[in-house]
Amino acid sequence: MGEKASVLVIGGGIAGIQASLDLAGRGFQVYLLEESPTIGGRMAQLDKTFPTMDCSICILAPKMMECYRHPNIKLLTYCELKEVKGIVGDFNVKVLQKPRYVDEVKCTGCGVCAEHCPIEVPNEFDMALGIRKAIYMPMPQAVPRCMTIDKENCIKCGLCAKVCRAGAVDLQQQPKEMDLNVGAIIIATGFDQYDPREIVEYGYKRYENVLTALEFERWICASGPVGGHLIRPADGIIPKRIAFIQCVGSRGLKFGSPFCSSVCCMYATKEALIIKMHAPDVQVYIFYNELRAFGKGFQEFVNRARNEYEVKYIRGRPGEIKEDPKKSLTIWYDDTFTREIKSLTDVDLVVLCPALIPREGNKRLAEIIGVELDEYGFFKVKHPLFAPVDTTIPGVFVCGYCQSPKDIPDSVAQASAAAARAAEMLAQVRR
Amino acid sequence: MAQQKEKPRVGVFVCHCGINIGGFVNVPQVVRYARTLPNVVHAEENIYTCSAEGIASIKEAIKEHDLNRVVVASCTPRTHEPLFRGACADAGLNPYLFELANIREHCSWVHMREPDKATEKAKDLVRMAVARVSLLEPQEEPEIDVMPTALVIGGGISGMTSALCLAGQGFKVYLVERKPELGGMLKKIYRLYPTGEEASRVIGDYVNAVMGHKNIVVLTSANIKDVKGYIGNFEVTVLKEGEEIKLKIGTIIVATGAIEFKPVGLYGYGRYDRVLTQVELEEILKGGKSAIDKRFFKLQRVVMIQCVGSREERPPRAYCSRICCMVAIKNAMIIKEWYPDSDVYVVYQDMQTYGKEYEEYHRRAREAGIRFVSYTKGSPPEVTALPNGRLKVVVYHALLGIRRELDCDLVVLSTPLIPYEDAKELSKMLKVPLGQDGFFFEAHVKLRPIDFATDGIYVCGTAHSPKDVGESVSQALGVASRAAIPMAVKRLRAEAITSVVDESLCSGCGTCIRICPYGAIQKDERGIAKVIEVMCKGCGTCGASCPERAISMRHFKDEQIIAQIHAILRRVAA
Repeated sequence: MGEKASVLVIGGGIAGIQASLDLAGRGFQVYLLEESPTIGGRMAQLDKTFPTMDCSICILAPKMMECYRHPNIKLLTYCELKEVKGIVGDFNVKVLQKPRYVDEVKCTGCGVCAEHCPIEVPNEFDMALGIRKAIYMPMPQAVPRCMTIDKENCIKCGLCAKVCRAGAVDLQQQPKEMDLNVGAIIIATGFDQYDPREIVEYGYKRYENVLTALEFERWICASGPVGGHLIRPADGIIPKRIAFIQCVGSRGLKFGSPFCSSVCCMYATKEALIIKMHAPDVQVYIFYNELRAFGKGFQEFVNRARNEYEVKYIRGRPGEIKEDPKKSLTIWYDDTFTREIKSLTDVDLVVLCPALIPREGNKRLAEIIGVELDEYGFFKVKHPLFAPVDTTIPGVFVCGYCQSPKDIPDSVAQASAAAARAAEMLAQVRR
Repeated sequence: MAQQKEKPRVGVFVCHCGINIGGFVNVPQVVRYARTLPNVVHAEENIYTCSAEGIASIKEAIKEHDLNRVVVASCTPRTHEPLFRGACADAGLNPYLFELANIREHCSWVHMREPDKATEKAKDLVRMAVARVSLLEPQEEPEIDVMPTALVIGGGISGMTSALCLAGQGFKVYLVERKPELGGMLKKIYRLYPTGEEASRVIGDYVNAVMGHKNIVVLTSANIKDVKGYIGNFEVTVLKEGEEIKLKIGTIIVATGAIEFKPVGLYGYGRYDRVLTQVELEEILKGGKSAIDKRFFKLQRVVMIQCVGSREERPPRAYCSRICCMVAIKNAMIIKEWYPDSDVYVVYQDMQTYGKEYEEYHRRAREAGIRFVSYTKGSPPEVTALPNGRLKVVVYHALLGIRRELDCDLVVLSTPLIPYEDAKELSKMLKVPLGQDGFFFEAHVKLRPIDFATDGIYVCGTAHSPKDVGESVSQALGVASRAAIPMAVKRLRAEAITSVVDESLCSGCGTCIRICPYGAIQKDERGIAKVIEVMCKGCGTCGASCPERAISMRHFKDEQIIAQIHAILRRVAA
């Protein structure tokens, strides 16, 4: 046995976490690179998961901690990929560690600095619905548990440094370049949400009581901006009627992306159930085009929502949403089964389910690594059926949503697949 | 075990879990209360005990207060016990000197409307945990060697993919297939969607690669007869053409696939020759256009009906079979290509053309002239025979609101993939569960989709649930990682919590041997029960059934449980 082979995993969401744990578990050295200050990814932002209704962070946090504690995993959070050279078995990688202005070793994450920081900015983790300080931790379960100063908003008053008992604040910190040598690379960059402002008729960002699904996940989450209370964003009134709209910018030729995001029918059903669990009397409507409940146990989950929780599924694409002076909403829609134009009035909250799209940053990443993207911006694979995790470059693999739309279990299984292919290729290269 | 008993020094850590607990239970009050309990020398509260800070705090307190027992009052041991045990171990404490009091699922979440009572109950739970932890004993996890050999059950695309990937990583693989040839379901299929490749060609390449690999032993016409043992050390008996082959195996992969549902009695299936399932159609398509012409003379109109026998109100076939919409599109386009003048209809409820490519696939089909007719569950289409031998499909088009009568030459029913009937036997042999739909049931739907709860056994492909080739291959590669982990590590730690027989009390009646679901108890040469520790899962069934009370459970001794009961009764009595 020579030196321990190593793998770079790009993206610290559930797919990247699973790939890292699989490889580290069998003895590979893993570098897990994440551009934001914490690992956890999108799954960390979700309130619950379908169809089991597990609390998302509760099942994810132990895995995040396992990554942190694992002797074979080195977390590179708040880092950027700069350069990749070489071939399978011998990639030379340059990584830029962005300055946190806080010493990761000294910081205990106590948060006293944030209490004193005078600058308040929207918290990205809460989809900008809540606020954080200029020195912050994105979420309570952040890994690593370390504060970060966002330089854009910091006014350099120095209060944080003054109150930090650990002496961890270091405003002089500089960007740091690291050189790594790895045998294989796994890409797991996840997704972004389509911005539905383009669809003017739905009034997103114009009407306060229109949210996107990811915003709603934070809104209804106990650790979210309003402590998980089911209220209207505009005025705090307890809603009586909530509607979900599917395929906002997906499956469309006019707006957004032509593909189906694969998860929206199910998470809308889940969010409907969460609402019913908070307040059984709230009427919940889901406007859909085709109800896609194709995964294991999904149709049964929808049946439960329909029959036990009386969630109303309406087949039809809403044409327009109007706001009345009391900030309640009216949805005008085409009921495709009755072929009538109808309206649903007195809606307190509309949740848009936007297309989930490949990340903008994929382009840069693809250029650096030399792999190809498809026409939508997903990473291209060698063969969609028989080489679903091999990219166009040997030794570089891909898994999770950035390969194609998929839910958490499919991402987890595929993350293990990418780990297997990386291990297989390294076994052959090193022989 | 004759360690001198040191006096317990218990540390209690009460978690707010953000507001999950702290929003309803008065955590500071619980902490103050914990300090008054016997043996407790330290108690503190944490916003999140599971955070890096919380873990660091536990480790520090163990050192600072010389703790020899730890109680965390937070959430469920199912997700968090390994983490907290790990923290104890990191600080030099035997991880079994730890106890979780679940004051979230068992308390704050179910008593949200009664915060005062919830706080009292949290105190009760902490008192019980402290009483128990004080009596806990250190345990050691025995180490197991892992045989670096995998058994893959099922020689379809999933099984072959797993076998090749594991073999490519350097492990020895036995691939067992009950049919005389490898290939599985894809042998029946003509072309694959969305790429349009011929399945037989692809399968041929796979079979050649598998047969030619020096690390793979292929056993066809072979069935699994018996499985004994445990992760790393399974003893598997394979029956091949009347001969028993004994294999020593480290990990097992279930890739047994699924079959299509035969919809006897539905839409004239079984009554009319011109009503086929999609797989039956594929088998004819494999013979080319001439095979179709021979059987149906010429296809002028074909109607495909979706969701036949799937998405039913009740299990076992309440599920959507995931692949049928694409299969129908694919076969519809082949027919349209061969018979450009024909009409091909797909009668559907919801087109499940999910993901990156299938929406586009659906669009291409519409452009090619395939007609899609929507029906609702409440008014399914009807199929009847015409006097000239052709068929008539009557369907209410739910989107247009009109009744359509379609004379046609062929009706193709899209039926779901269903589990093999004998999956039940294999599940019993392997001691892994099936779900209510009859497919193999994984350890956790969300985060352990291809593991079983039983260590060392994994599942992939359509044995798990209906899925297409790309998804099956993804899972098959996935299990090639999961199964490789213990085999690469070579040594594992087993369960420490097992049953123990008090030899002086055992009468040798054999009740425990009969009742043990894991086959982990045998009689020794004296006729006394003996537990094979690495096979024991610590379920306690034997202990509960032993008439002589000769069996106790490590970590769950009577005195430890009775102490808990006394602790809870203390308040009731007062």
